[in-house]
Amino acid sequence: MKHMQTPSQTVGPFFHYGLMVEQDQNVLYDEMTRGQRIHIKGQVIDGKSQPVTDAMIEIWQADAGGHHNHPSDPNQAQADPHFKGFGRVDTVHNGQFLFRTIKPGRVAYDAEADQAPHINVRVFSRGMLIHAYTRLYFSDEEEANKTDPVLNLVPADRRYTLVASREDTGELPTYCFNVVLQGEMETVFFNP
Amino acid sequence: MQELPRVLTSLDWNVQPPYLHAPYKSTVLRSPQKPLIPLPQTLSELTGPVYGHENIRPLDNDLTKNAVVNGEPVGERIIVVGRVIDEDGRPVPNALIEVWQANACGRYIHKNDQHPAPLDPNFTGAGRVLTDANGEYRFTTIKPGAYPWRNHENAWRPAHIHFSIFGTAFISRLVTQMFFPGDPLMPLDPIYNGIPDENGRKRLISEYAHDITEPEWALGYRFNIVLNGSRMTPFETKDA
Ligand SMILES: [Fe+3]
Repeated sequence: MKHMQTPSQTVGPFFHYGLMVEQDQNVLYDEMTRGQRIHIKGQVIDGKSQPVTDAMIEIWQADAGGHHNHPSDPNQAQADPHFKGFGRVDTVHNGQFLFRTIKPGRVAYDAEADQAPHINVRVFSRGMLIHAYTRLYFSDEEEANKTDPVLNLVPADRRYTLVASREDTGELPTYCFNVVLQGEMETVFFNP
Repeated sequence: MQELPRVLTSLDWNVQPPYLHAPYKSTVLRSPQKPLIPLPQTLSELTGPVYGHENIRPLDNDLTKNAVVNGEPVGERIIVVGRVIDEDGRPVPNALIEVWQANACGRYIHKNDQHPAPLDPNFTGAGRVLTDANGEYRFTTIKPGAYPWRNHENAWRPAHIHFSIFGTAFISRLVTQMFFPGDPLMPLDPIYNGIPDENGRKRLISEYAHDITEPEWALGYRFNIVLNGSRMTPFETKDA
């Protein structure tokens, strides 16, 4: 007999001191971590193009070699012990967020194919009874993106919402990834 | 042969709330409206952060002690226990549970909480606990008060504790709220009523647990949590 899933409820407006107690949860690497350091910046926007200042973004990604430090990854032994892969951040400042992480490697899709480098993203906020899942891809991975089995499930005219555009104005490559909850430019959300 | 990860069940949309639930007004502009794209479960989705004991400090599971400045927090002391299992009934060990809540007067320590009820200098209302090998958890806190919000005229949230749970995989994440039995505000709460299924809604109401109640000390409540489980077993690995 299957047990019924516990239903989700909104994170509400007051999650910060429950979930954001530790500073630097948006920094995923330390000095020992392997891989290219990058910044990811963006903004969460509602259906009237207004910033959402009480959202929380969580990310989960592979290390630079495309491995996860988790028992379900058959290559866990090769995973970078200095990379935790998980980060979260709030959007108190004008709906904006910043992650400091490393560029992920390619994760296997099946026995034959690899996925393009990507980061799994979850969005929570007041006004969302349940979080939303999306994925971040990289604009400088054009070739890999073309053959990515997940990206190819997305209608072609909406794929752009998942591709973070690279900027090279700062000291590290910075990828811009806005999360649009609703409207014409609505981010593609997934049902895993 | 390497054991492949179990394929997990998706969110059960008969039980999980929709993005748009107009009586909860903030959903109107924050609900995705285009259809969700079915996402194949890859290693990215079937892995997730692994938690161990190093994440938890000694007083994290006692909200009546973890913020004491000059005395005991005010209010009704309670003990909350429960078990985290998956849909197949398997315990979920080492799951990180984070909780946060209002104080006994219905006030959060948050700069945006303008409810004119007193703050409690000895209570922040935030705690953390890991499930044990049987998926069980336990923490001590103060029973939170109801509080007003501006969703509609004379709107009050029933007393609740916010729960955040990490399961074993990226797609096993759950953020929810625990309510208390017999609360007259429940039928009036558009957040609680955003859950489409009546049995699903009841899942969020803790039960009074006399076996947990400690004499001369605190009342006990039990709140069990069910995360997604195995979808099926399509990867049959045969040993030669
Ligand atoms: Fe609340």
